[in-house]
Amino acid sequence: MVKFIFRRMLVMIPQLLLLSLIIFVLAKQMPGDAVTGAFMGNPNVTPEQMEKIREEYGLNDPWYVQYGAWIGKAVKGDLGDSYTHKQPVTSLLAGRVVNTVTLSLFILIVSYIIAIPLGIIAGRWADSWADKMIITYNYFAFATPLFVFSLLMLFFFGFVLGWFPTGNSVDVRLEAGTWDFYVSKFKHLVLPGMSGALLATAGTIQYLRNDIIDTKLKDFVKTARAKGVPEGKVYTRHILRNSMLPIAAFLGYEITGLIAGSIFLEMIFSYPGLGQLFIQSITGRDFTVTTAIVMISGTAVIVGTMLSDIILSAIDPRIRIE
Amino acid sequence: MSLLNVNNLQVHFPIRGGFFRRVVDQVRAVDGVSFELEPGETYGLVGESGCGKTTTGRAIIGLNKATGGEVLFNGDNLATMNGHDRRKHIRDIQMIFQDPYSSLNGRKNVLNIIAEPLRNFERLSPKEELTRVQNMIERVGLSPESIYKYPHQFSGGQRQRIGIARALMLNPKLIIADEPVSALDVSVQAQVLNFMQEIQKDFGLTYLFISHDLGVIKHICDRIGIMYKGRFVEEGTAEDVYNNPQHLYTKRLIAAIPEMDPAKRFEKMELRQEINTAYRTEYDSYFDKDGRMFDLKPLTPTHSVAIQQGGM
Amino acid sequence: MAETVLEIENLRTSFNIKGNYYAAVDGVSLTVHKNEVVAIVGESGCGKSALALSIIGLHNTKTTKLEGQVNLKGQNLLNLPVEKLNKIRGKDLGMIFQDPMTALNPLATIGRQIAEPMDYHMKLSSAAKKKRVLELLGQVGIKDANRIYKQYPHELSGGMRQRVVIAIALACNPVMLIADEPTTALDVTIQAQIMDLMKELQRITDSGIILITHDLGVVAEMANRVAVMYAGEFVEIADVNTLFSNPLHPYTRSLLSSIPSNMTDKEELHVIEGIVPSIQKLDREGCRFAPRIPWISEDAHEDKPTLHEVEPGHFVRCTCYKKFHFPEERVEDENYVTT
Repeated sequence: MVKFIFRRMLVMIPQLLLLSLIIFVLAKQMPGDAVTGAFMGNPNVTPEQMEKIREEYGLNDPWYVQYGAWIGKAVKGDLGDSYTHKQPVTSLLAGRVVNTVTLSLFILIVSYIIAIPLGIIAGRWADSWADKMIITYNYFAFATPLFVFSLLMLFFFGFVLGWFPTGNSVDVRLEAGTWDFYVSKFKHLVLPGMSGALLATAGTIQYLRNDIIDTKLKDFVKTARAKGVPEGKVYTRHILRNSMLPIAAFLGYEITGLIAGSIFLEMIFSYPGLGQLFIQSITGRDFTVTTAIVMISGTAVIVGTMLSDIILSAIDPRIRIE
Repeated sequence: MSLLNVNNLQVHFPIRGGFFRRVVDQVRAVDGVSFELEPGETYGLVGESGCGKTTTGRAIIGLNKATGGEVLFNGDNLATMNGHDRRKHIRDIQMIFQDPYSSLNGRKNVLNIIAEPLRNFERLSPKEELTRVQNMIERVGLSPESIYKYPHQFSGGQRQRIGIARALMLNPKLIIADEPVSALDVSVQAQVLNFMQEIQKDFGLTYLFISHDLGVIKHICDRIGIMYKGRFVEEGTAEDVYNNPQHLYTKRLIAAIPEMDPAKRFEKMELRQEINTAYRTEYDSYFDKDGRMFDLKPLTPTHSVAIQQGGM
Repeated sequence: MAETVLEIENLRTSFNIKGNYYAAVDGVSLTVHKNEVVAIVGESGCGKSALALSIIGLHNTKTTKLEGQVNLKGQNLLNLPVEKLNKIRGKDLGMIFQDPMTALNPLATIGRQIAEPMDYHMKLSSAAKKKRVLELLGQVGIKDANRIYKQYPHELSGGMRQRVVIAIALACNPVMLIADEPTTALDVTIQAQIMDLMKELQRITDSGIILITHDLGVVAEMANRVAVMYAGEFVEIADVNTLFSNPLHPYTRSLLSSIPSNMTDKEELHVIEGIVPSIQKLDREGCRFAPRIPWISEDAHEDKPTLHEVEPGHFVRCTCYKKFHFPEERVEDENYVTT
């Protein structure tokens, strides 16, 4: 098992290198660069001056020289400076990474807490009234676009009822580290988090329900019943473990969805995270920040798939070999 | 001259492993198999799952690529031919598959299924095509109106007849039948076996009959090759193999056929136990020092066995 | 005769198809004694598997209607609520399934799966359970029990897995075993090994066994008594020697003469005319086999065919067996009929 995890982590190195290369090359293909982004349309800066700045920042070097320099610094934790914010990308990102990760984890955990019991109920008692209600909820969750739902949540719970704050990640007047500070953080998390989680459940419920319905008919479940295993235990001991496999396999994909979703959520709830910064840096052509964020998101997906694999191998002995 | 001559046929599949999916080893699915088919005979290829019998059949028709050796059909080597040249010869070889439920495309009606080989090889007007299909469908004992029906509307035996009709459309010389009756009930199996024997006479067919069922093989085959781990262990007439098995593995297979006389069941059980004991103690003496089975060595003009040269 | 273990009385199993119930098992009665192997043989669609699943209560209760009685140890299993049935399944009643590749839970160790019935039916310490599992593995002919105990199903060959499936069924010393096509999914040499193993086990246990199979060869090797099933009914019941030496019902005779290894080489095999009717289309009036032997005159059949005891212990349904002949024997038989 330890060997498997180690080997699986080794596989990540070439994946990450390839990812960084693709991102770098693609970013270079984008029209314009940081200099055009910053000074385009500014009548005080002549094209000659812009060219001089480019030379200064090494933006005229061949791409592989630039890539080498970038990756060399990146492994040391230096992702360069943001041209628009005039500060190191790492310190710019630090607080926002924490916010986005908190938000994503909140969505992931809450959606599993809701989806797993509902999926089990719907699968075990398929076609019952409970199942029909869960399926109806699922249809709504699948059909509703995240930004529409978030806006409704924001309007209703944020403005009409006023239960939750409508922007930012924490009350700025509070001192970091105090109890009130964390309570405020949590309150700021609830609206964007619940908006994301309530919709993210749909996929998991559907997967789990379908898999339980399939697994129920498998021969080894007949074997279990023929052994005299009580119905509840048939589910806990035999069906559920098998039906968790596709959910675990789905985790990597789920994380991709969260990253995409966080862009909407952070914009709508003015939540200072990576997504919000991502949009700003694209419009500002802040090349270093964009690549850093894409790199972080890509890494998250790669780590997610690795986690999927490790969880799968923990549940399923057939994967442990090799 | 023999119709089909398989010479030292090898089909190896690479096993890939490690970081860069390098080829780390080979599965020798078929590892040096040779046999001949005379026109008009039925040759049985028997063995248990994984012995390479199906791969051998598929390699002859080109569904698996031969890694080495020759497949001479009427003197032409199919194994080394490119796709274009093989096409000209391959219409004389057709295949019948095991599962009559999945080997027919459920979205096509019988007319389209049976006419498919014709469309691949001949240019016919729709009218000519329809006549040929109708003749064939009556020949295999189905009603003429059934050409507009779909596979799911037929029983297992009828579906296998449709598969056979498709194979016969181009007037082939050789039919490779891969477990054609294994998925069928005994009474339906009897129907298909009788039918295959009947059309063999009428169409002058040669059969390569692949099966794990020794009862069926004994019933339908003139000569038999027994395969184990990608190689032949014994070859001979049905008489040779069933009444005078020489190789330990053959004996084991024959002893495994259920005894149809209830009074002899414990006798049979003891015979099997004897063979199993021999299997444990003598097993290694049937392999050379590289762990490979010996080549076939003729005992009589019809009967050969894979035992060490110079006897045991 | 040894003591009766299982008594099936007038069992009728009907499936709901588009709102109507159709009987797949249509009034079956059978008694199984201690240490006796009763084979139920027939082709696909005859109702033999539906019968096996009815005995052990594995049908979907929403779409299946069970009538009649299945008596085991003085209780009618068909009337028991599932909680009570669970006290019997796996304990007094064991089941061996057809396909060892799918009958085991892929995520649990072999040891765990064999020990599981003991969790519910036997009060044993975990050490005692393990001891019993290793003992069972030995009984089903697995040499390296300590290693196999810790392994998972995918690490075992088909033959080994089937031995494990048998060990599970035997775990709590059942008085009755249902074996549903236990050798069908296996290679020939493995099939022989499993048949021999089951014969061996029959010597050391007292269980009655119902063996469901389509293979008359397996019947000849393993059964004491045979019930031949066609279209939901038993058409012939006899002890195994009688069935093979003196088969009477037209269906039994037809089946036996359609087996290739039973016939001399290249002889034409007997083909049963027509097809097995589906349970919706089955004509339940009169002799159900009559449409498959149209050359036999109608008056040879009974109006309401019943099982007749023609010799002690040898039952045949309908009277048509008296006038049955194969179509190719027609000439001499016509003489026979006229005399």
